[in-house]
Amino acid sequence: MVLVFAESDDKGFKKSSFEAITYGRDLADKTGTKCIALAIGNASGADALANYGAQEVIVHNGNGTESFDPDVYTAALGEAVDASSAQTVIFGATYTGKALAPKIAARKGASLVCGVVDMVNTESSWTVRKSCFSNKAFTDIELKNDFKVISLIPNSYTVKSFDGSAAVSELNTDLTANAKSRSVEVKKAAGKIPLTEADVVVSAGRGLKGPENWGMIEELADLLGAATACSKPVSDMEWRPHSEHVGQTGITIKPNLYIAIGISGAIQHLAGVGSSKVICVINTDPEAPFFKAADYGIVGDAFEVVPKLIERARELKA
Amino acid sequence: MNILVCMSAVPDTTTKITFTENNTKFDTNGVQFIINPYDELALTHALTLTEQHGGEVHIVTVGEASVDPIIRKGLAIGASKAFRINVQPADGMEVAQEIASLAEGKGYDLIFTGRESIDYNSGQVAPLLSELMGYSLANVVTELSVEGDKFKATRDIDGGREVIECSMPCVASAQKDLCEPRIPNMRGIMQARTKPLEVVEPGQTGNSTSFKEYTLPPSKGDVKLIDPSNPGQLIDLLRDEQKMI
Repeated sequence: MVLVFAESDDKGFKKSSFEAITYGRDLADKTGTKCIALAIGNASGADALANYGAQEVIVHNGNGTESFDPDVYTAALGEAVDASSAQTVIFGATYTGKALAPKIAARKGASLVCGVVDMVNTESSWTVRKSCFSNKAFTDIELKNDFKVISLIPNSYTVKSFDGSAAVSELNTDLTANAKSRSVEVKKAAGKIPLTEADVVVSAGRGLKGPENWGMIEELADLLGAATACSKPVSDMEWRPHSEHVGQTGITIKPNLYIAIGISGAIQHLAGVGSSKVICVINTDPEAPFFKAADYGIVGDAFEVVPKLIERARELKA
Repeated sequence: MNILVCMSAVPDTTTKITFTENNTKFDTNGVQFIINPYDELALTHALTLTEQHGGEVHIVTVGEASVDPIIRKGLAIGASKAFRINVQPADGMEVAQEIASLAEGKGYDLIFTGRESIDYNSGQVAPLLSELMGYSLANVVTELSVEGDKFKATRDIDGGREVIECSMPCVASAQKDLCEPRIPNMRGIMQARTKPLEVVEPGQTGNSTSFKEYTLPPSKGDVKLIDPSNPGQLIDLLRDEQKMI
């Protein structure tokens, strides 16, 4: 069996979980087994996970699962693994998935690969491709143990829709004794699309000259349904919050479309965004290294170009 | 408060990545190795914590003798003692298992790593250690302080941050914003030469994964330049050619 962790928050299940479920279903079909989704905590609407490929759903809502504690969740995962006789566990590589995948792997003596970007190759061995050297390369890794755990980079696998329904079973063991931490406070930027899940990202750098000029970036992002991001110097100068910093030492993202405005494209920045499907670069310097990694480029001043992009996007929307 | 900081040697961030032996090995020829930047933050913050609460900071690195310069730098920054587990590790699982068996029984209150290494980017060592050691986990933290018999941490979550309290002992992983890395001073560098660096032979952990082949990302075709006098065309191309907006 293939068990997929379906992560949810106050807004419901995450897109990265739908990707992981479709991935798990495709893997299950390929290897002649079944895909089971596991929701932990107060997860309503778990039966709808069938639409993304789950053939069965387990909900663990025992005491202690109300908020995220890595040890409580690992205990819940362990019970679900035992209940489903799963041999493979798949996570989306979100902050939560990144904490849980290694823990369940250690608990079950699994082979572990974090940061997978493509479907398992089962031809001669069980091998996955993962990104390494901060997206400057990929490596193929064989998982040798019977029990396997992988985490999948968000936006690496396309969600498919499936017909059929999934039977939902419940586990409700009291897990409070496992808890080692406690949530004190959650600080979330309201209404924003999380950067790692965004299909479109509009990003700006030092070329914007100051934090007061970000209005047009946010306006363009709004029109395109995009998340906003920034380069390292911009976050270092505190023009923008660190949570927007994409690059080698910031967040790694893989959107369908990355629009870089006033960013020269240093190797460390490319490491964080280079695997975006389509890259557009707007820069005054025709020699900016970013143009070499771009699909579309405009050599021009952001202050002239961006308002015209906004204007055109608005026309098309109207 | 005794803290074990796990440090890894990684290629400098500006390194051009190439491979040898039919793309099965990373080509280290001419590559400058540095302390993994996130591990350097963990080390710096560990020193701050022991300055506030007493105790010692130890370093552990899993690697062959070629990583010694990195360890000496860590000692120069201020750690009092270092361990090197003498094996070129196959993967993060092996690193974690080796560190766990070294740390077992030594009573560390905190085991501190970087949130990921910038070479393999797996971010797995901290959660693995927390499970192997039975310690609480504060993963990807931008703040970490001692509050009575607990740690208080701020960790990154999707789209924000969360303040948590963790029981002691704890495994934490450092994220940018935790602190500014310290630069070793001349006195530190002199002292580091005589600080203990204990070489420990590895256990027999066995490998659960095997690295097959490396590939470089496909190179992009030429950039399609758009007339700067009519930038709106970009929006049309993205809509019609790429169907992305």
